[in-house]
Amino acid sequence: MIPSGFDYHAPRSVADAIKLLGELGPEAKLLAGGHSLLPMMKLRFAAPSHLIDLGKIPDLRGISQVGNEIRIGAMTTEDDLLRSALLADKVPLLVEGAGWIADPQVRCKGTIGGDISHGDPGNDHPALMLALDASFVVTGPRGERVVKADGFFLGLYSTLLEPDEILTQIRVPIPASGTGWSYQKLKRKTGDFATAATAVLLQVRGGSVAKANIALTNAGPTPLRARAAEAALVGKPVSEASLNEAARLAMSICEPSPDQRGDAAYKTAMCGEMTRRALQAAHARSIKS
Amino acid sequence: MASTHKVSFKLNGKGVEVMVEPRELLIHTLREKLAHTGPHIGCETSHCGACTVDVDGLSVKSCTVLTVQCDGAEMLTVEGLEQGGVLHALQQAFHEEHGLQCGYCTPGMLTRAYRLLKENPNPTEQEIRYGIAGNLCRCTGYQNIVKAVQSAAKKLAAAQTATA
Repeated sequence: MIPSGFDYHAPRSVADAIKLLGELGPEAKLLAGGHSLLPMMKLRFAAPSHLIDLGKIPDLRGISQVGNEIRIGAMTTEDDLLRSALLADKVPLLVEGAGWIADPQVRCKGTIGGDISHGDPGNDHPALMLALDASFVVTGPRGERVVKADGFFLGLYSTLLEPDEILTQIRVPIPASGTGWSYQKLKRKTGDFATAATAVLLQVRGGSVAKANIALTNAGPTPLRARAAEAALVGKPVSEASLNEAARLAMSICEPSPDQRGDAAYKTAMCGEMTRRALQAAHARSIKS
Repeated sequence: MASTHKVSFKLNGKGVEVMVEPRELLIHTLREKLAHTGPHIGCETSHCGACTVDVDGLSVKSCTVLTVQCDGAEMLTVEGLEQGGVLHALQQAFHEEHGLQCGYCTPGMLTRAYRLLKENPNPTEQEIRYGIAGNLCRCTGYQNIVKAVQSAAKKLAAAQTATA
């Protein structure tokens, strides 16, 4: 399987990439790690006339801390995330999530920015970004804008990105110290998308939940923030009953599409179970104060 | 008609230069233009890992990489493991531990295991299984592959101590 013909461009700066994207117009596609786009091109689900490879722009890769925020270049690979001591210390949820993505070879190519921009609710970063209250730096011919992850995902393969814009950086606020975390993912095999998965951040103070962030992967046309489930947990101690209630509320917003991974009822039930397990694990990891 | 590109890289230590259309996948360049048929075409969908090669110190699936992306890269395929007629410790261990049956996945397994042991010279069984999760084998049930990687790790560590 070989993609249909296209011209290849490898700009060395973000400015050059944006200029090219503007000149080439809608027939051009951005190439990040290529592990969603190239398979789609082989199958002729996509046949762009031009590929603009972002892989030769050093500024787009790297992880750093600025104040109380972690900044990740969009072309940083999953493998980079897994090896980052800074992330392991400050945002372990992201490291745990990256470890569940695909397999070692795919993680060496696949990028966090590609995973987010693709707008596939089966990808793992979108829900992780919602749970982490992340923001995205989007760069285009009119300059730079910063948008919240919450609201960025509009529908299946559809995001707030305009056709002439590039996602350049991911900004993650560092969770308060003592915050528990977990990403629980059910998948049939290595390399498969989630049947259901849940990302959780949980803060406990004085024996009660002070803050809960819950986001769901592959439970609808976009990643979903389970607001009602979060609200039900806050202000109460964690108990079997409170976890079951949160799982029930998370299930109530699920609209998974049936496929070979299961029908809607099964996927919804698994989403509830992943939510319960992620909350349990995050609670066990949280440092109570 | 898309333009062709001149791409240069190092393959198993030797400089090579090819002319490719942008759509040409690395696996095809290696097999058809450079006569390196060690990397195999399996699923062509980046699942099976039979096409695994080492590019700039990272394991990648060459069915899902464009050759044009590899200009200036340093590449290692299974052909580069043997040195001066002597099998690499991993190749020897796969032979001794019966780490293959039909052999189709073996070049990918070997190149992936090579990188895994560079990253983690003394992996646990669980780390080996996680580390080779992107390489499918339909014959062995993985048991002897894991044993072979463990055995090679021990031999490489012993050789390292002997030369130190």
